[in-house]
Amino acid sequence: MAEMDTSGGGGHKKGSGVKKAKKLSTRVDLTPMVDLGFLLITFFIFTTTMSQPTAFKLNLPKDVDRPEDQTKTKESGTITFLLGKDNHVFYYEGQLKVDATGNNFKSASFNGENSIRDLLIKKKKEVIAGHVHDSNCEKIRADFAAAHPTASPADVANSCLDRDLVVVIKPNEESTYKNVVDVLDEMAINVISRYALVDITKDENSLIKLTEAQAK
Amino acid sequence: MARPKIPRKSTSIDMTAMCDVAFLLLSFFILTTKFKADEAVEVSPPSSVASKVAPDKDVVLISIDKDGKVFISMDDKSQMEYLANSLNNTKNLGIDAKAFAKLDFIGAPFSALAKAATLPKEQQTDKFLPGIPTDTTKGANELVEWMKIIKDAYSGKKMNLLLKGDNVSKYPSFQGVIAAFKKNDFLKFQMVTNPESIPNGTDLWKESQKGAVAKE
Repeated sequence: MAEMDTSGGGGHKKGSGVKKAKKLSTRVDLTPMVDLGFLLITFFIFTTTMSQPTAFKLNLPKDVDRPEDQTKTKESGTITFLLGKDNHVFYYEGQLKVDATGNNFKSASFNGENSIRDLLIKKKKEVIAGHVHDSNCEKIRADFAAAHPTASPADVANSCLDRDLVVVIKPNEESTYKNVVDVLDEMAINVISRYALVDITKDENSLIKLTEAQAK
Repeated sequence: MARPKIPRKSTSIDMTAMCDVAFLLLSFFILTTKFKADEAVEVSPPSSVASKVAPDKDVVLISIDKDGKVFISMDDKSQMEYLANSLNNTKNLGIDAKAFAKLDFIGAPFSALAKAATLPKEQQTDKFLPGIPTDTTKGANELVEWMKIIKDAYSGKKMNLLLKGDNVSKYPSFQGVIAAFKKNDFLKFQMVTNPESIPNGTDLWKESQKGAVAKE
């Protein structure tokens, strides 16, 4: 067994004049080796990078030169997120209105109160509730069915419901890459197919800076 | 009364079998471990719910490090040589194509490229190299030209365009990269992210639940 045979030395028989050679056991204590083995296993398990990086697909729209070729969106279904520095997010629905009585420029957050996700879920519900069926729906359904061959008929029928929902993402020069990816990730999480990364306008940027300065 | 003799059993166990198992596991872990490649450009990407594993073949990777410096790397070294030769022809930069092909990544403006290719290995990191200029406010977006040459180099071949940005890098570098992609009609690309679980109760979560039920 796993021990050294120590009785080998006592093999002298009385009366025999011949000295017998010491008989050594071939068995070795393997416990330290097992220890070492498991130690190495633990080391390798801890140093292994388990998570492989994943890839997030992003399709860009082709730039159009003429403004009349640009995609028009419905004001009621549009929500714009503005990203500022230090993870600040702001949003407005429809068009930005700033006048003496106030504005529709509001502050949001990545997680916590008034989070982007809650806003998107709310907006999506509103858009679906206000959906009016028309002839354009058939094309959207056909496109959806082509893109998702395994989708159920109900899903295909529903694919048109949120077509008016358009999310516009406008990061300013102080927002980070993480913020942008987080917002794009929210689009995936809430299954929003129509969104766009748009350059921020000067007015919007100054509004962000103003709000950030006030918050301090 | 003579007691029946209970044979005394040894408390030591044969460790050989356990040792075998330990080393079998050890060899398994050693062989399956892929050590994280020692990356010269240090980038910690954000996380997303995307579940697709990033491709690792035919890759053209654009990295944005934490200071917003942009680097290009590709796994096909013969394409690097093509890039060097084509730059030498069009811009007369005098790059040593063989040395250039050995570089892990490209990260210098055209004017400093020939010098950057001769730098010693330990200086080929994002600390020493200035990165490819993308900021249009400070000069030309040289990535546009890079992408054009890369497009030529990979014409007719499969190519996976990956973008890996650092969490804290600012948006303008990302914007510059996107602008360069758009100008060269690279409208589909993938962003390398770390995996993240889908938040419960969201639309994507419902969809994945549906998918799981349908598969069962």
